[in-house]
Amino acid sequence: MTTVDIGIPRRLVEFTVDGETIRVPEGSTILDACTAAGKDIPTLCYGDTLEPANACRVCMVEVEGSRTLVPSCSRKVEPGMVVHTDSERTRTSRKVVLELLASATDLSTTPGVAEWMAETGADPGRFGPDAATVAQPVLVDNELYVRDYGKCILCYKCVDACGEQWQNSFAITVAGRGFDARISTEFSSPLPDSACVYCGNCVEVCPTGALSFKRECDKREDGTWDESRQTATTTICTFCGVGCALTLHVQDNEIVKVTSPHESSVTHGNLCIKGRFGWQHVQNR
Amino acid sequence: MDLKLLDAVASHEEREAVAGFAGGGRDQLLPALHAVNDRVGWISQGALNLICETLHVPPADAYGVASFYSLFALDERPERVVHVCTDLACRITGAETVCDVLTEHVGAAGKARGGVTWLRSPCLGVCERAPAALTFQAGDPATTELLAPATGASAVLAAGRAPAAAEGAPPVIHQKEGLRLLRRVGVVDPSSLDDYRATGGYAALRNALRMGQAAVIREVTDAGLLGRGGAAFPTGRKWAATAAQPAGPHYLVCNADESEPGTFKDRVLLEGDPFALVEAMTIAAFAIGARQGYVYLRGEYPRALRLLRNALDVGRERGFLGVDVMGHAGFSFDIEIRRGAGAYICGEETAIFNSIEGFRGEPRTKPPFPVEQGLFGKPTVVNNVETLVNVPLILTEGAAAYRSIGTEASAGPKLFCLSGNVERPGVYEVPFGATLRELLALAGGVPEGRSLRAVLLGGAAGGFVRPDELDLPLTFEDARAAKTTLGSGVVLVLDDLADLGGFLLRIAEFFRDESCGQCVPCRIGTVRQEEAIRRVLAAGSEEQPLLREVGGVMRDSSICGLGQTAWNAIESAIDRLGALQ
Repeated sequence: MTTVDIGIPRRLVEFTVDGETIRVPEGSTILDACTAAGKDIPTLCYGDTLEPANACRVCMVEVEGSRTLVPSCSRKVEPGMVVHTDSERTRTSRKVVLELLASATDLSTTPGVAEWMAETGADPGRFGPDAATVAQPVLVDNELYVRDYGKCILCYKCVDACGEQWQNSFAITVAGRGFDARISTEFSSPLPDSACVYCGNCVEVCPTGALSFKRECDKREDGTWDESRQTATTTICTFCGVGCALTLHVQDNEIVKVTSPHESSVTHGNLCIKGRFGWQHVQNR
Repeated sequence: MDLKLLDAVASHEEREAVAGFAGGGRDQLLPALHAVNDRVGWISQGALNLICETLHVPPADAYGVASFYSLFALDERPERVVHVCTDLACRITGAETVCDVLTEHVGAAGKARGGVTWLRSPCLGVCERAPAALTFQAGDPATTELLAPATGASAVLAAGRAPAAAEGAPPVIHQKEGLRLLRRVGVVDPSSLDDYRATGGYAALRNALRMGQAAVIREVTDAGLLGRGGAAFPTGRKWAATAAQPAGPHYLVCNADESEPGTFKDRVLLEGDPFALVEAMTIAAFAIGARQGYVYLRGEYPRALRLLRNALDVGRERGFLGVDVMGHAGFSFDIEIRRGAGAYICGEETAIFNSIEGFRGEPRTKPPFPVEQGLFGKPTVVNNVETLVNVPLILTEGAAAYRSIGTEASAGPKLFCLSGNVERPGVYEVPFGATLRELLALAGGVPEGRSLRAVLLGGAAGGFVRPDELDLPLTFEDARAAKTTLGSGVVLVLDDLADLGGFLLRIAEFFRDESCGQCVPCRIGTVRQEEAIRRVLAAGSEEQPLLREVGGVMRDSSICGLGQTAWNAIESAIDRLGALQ
């Protein structure tokens, strides 16, 4: 007999978004509710498989009665709440937050940002040519990952994925504080000296391209990376009996990257080193 | 979890420092880091490995925590470090001269030379004796020496020899009349429980135990006690909400991480009347049903640390802490001191929890609020030192008598920290409703021959008041109506010779330095704010629209109070004093 877990019954909560009354299951976040209602709230640090870090402050909305704006990714809907997602206040906040980020960080490989900046009229140049940035040399100290922390927005997702939320390797952390805060191993040691097990789950969740797979990075550099020529096929990993879902990204009849669907109930997007990187043998023809 | 450690071994000294932590958990991380830093002066890879093995903490995590706090060094540092306060009060009383002399004779800040280095420090909390410097000497035991007031010559001297274990002079209260909160300070021996009891000590706890839990909360609620840490939240409501939580255990945390530049009232209470805090915490614990309390004490208060430790030891010995407190069967309570390590943000009520638990001192998102999920995820009350010290008064005088002091909405006595260009800097106690003019008069006003330029009320997160606004009654409601704040009680006086621009720049630097870095508006906004102020001061450029927009978004979208208030003082200087034009 097959049993399907439908969870405990949840009450519906009624609240208002931009003048529209919406009913959502109790416990939903404002972001969940708005997404379900077809509203588009930009996010950067939100991870579909991670607890919200609510650090980027891009998804801020106005909740009547609240002194400050609130992060829609982590604030739960309450009955009777009145939410504005597109007010003067939220637009200004979104614009300035994007400007601040773009003035300090290289966002050239962050999906969505260019459009949001155009929409809000963000102009990071107004902080002047001498605005401090987090620009720094790219770190390549192993065969699998490239770390380009000049692109890091400190969303905490890689730390959470490496730590207690998924992998339990705890190889990386946020070190330092303030503008000097950065993702780091202990004493900034090379990744091979750290507790890293090369599962690639940090790369999987990175929203900006600060972390990337070496293979992809190399191909981008020599101009041979072309997503329009790629196909994605989801299959089952053959290394062990767990049954992880693998998505093979193939370009010109060659596997160039392996990911896993976030909605997979087995992996939730996570893999181990074998599933993620153990595909060279397929191509040894 | 298997720990993978870097290839480094702890020295004999480091092993000795960590030995006492065997069997400890992650919440011992901050004390263990202190133990090594105190003993050796810095934390090596080998020492961090050993701490991680002992407490079973992943090394990257421990590194992230250690690198968060400014008093810890992760690169080799000399055993002796002179911290020179360059913050608000010290800045206007000559801190830069001290720095210049040190640079000339000892070398540039942060450069090691002959077993010593000196560093610029945020507020050391001895603003009444500014400028101040504090020397840490690593060793067994580690020693400290407070220089206040410091001169270039005394700082050079301190850099040249091991400290004489001087923790500075005891606090002096200039005021003689009408004292309640300060009545024992400078009068009783702060190390003597008998002195404390001879002046009415522990009568309040006896009353509380007789009245019972609910009646104590009612009394505190009826007294109208509002939190004195800056947020002015009703204390009784906080206690009642925590007491009512079914989840256990409940915790009590005393916020003694007094790091707001210009604030030193809690230090004066801790140094002058430590048993009062212990008694007050015991009453609070009884009311909310807590068995364990923590005092989160800032790491820069050596004298307060010694006296508070003594108060806890003596209290335990004499049955005022521990099992069946004061013979009251079934009520057990004890207090642990947690020493901060140089991070203003750890005064934020949820950052305190992370810090005590052994994580980076980053604030948590609210809700959930501490009364529901606080320390170790359990219902927790966080109260400021001054707030707590009001509690014994309420339980001896009664709520009605207490309420008759101050105003309807701001009941009771209030401590203010006067510093800067004022004749007699120090802590002053007045009933709420006294005017700023009366308070300045108590402290003797600005020095002879000078005139008042402005008063910074509430600290770096507060706002400026002009000389024509001195009739402002000092209450929470009047301050709010005047679009300023009493904050933690800072009254920093600037005279006509004060360099207002430089002062504002220091405020901006302070917030940039102290931002935890978690959220974008604060992490980057505080940097852009400082850059814009530098441009105004250097080239007179027009930066107001930019400052207003960034400041507004820091206020609106930052996670915690630090980012939300980082623009307050600068905005009020622009709007009320016409600064940065």
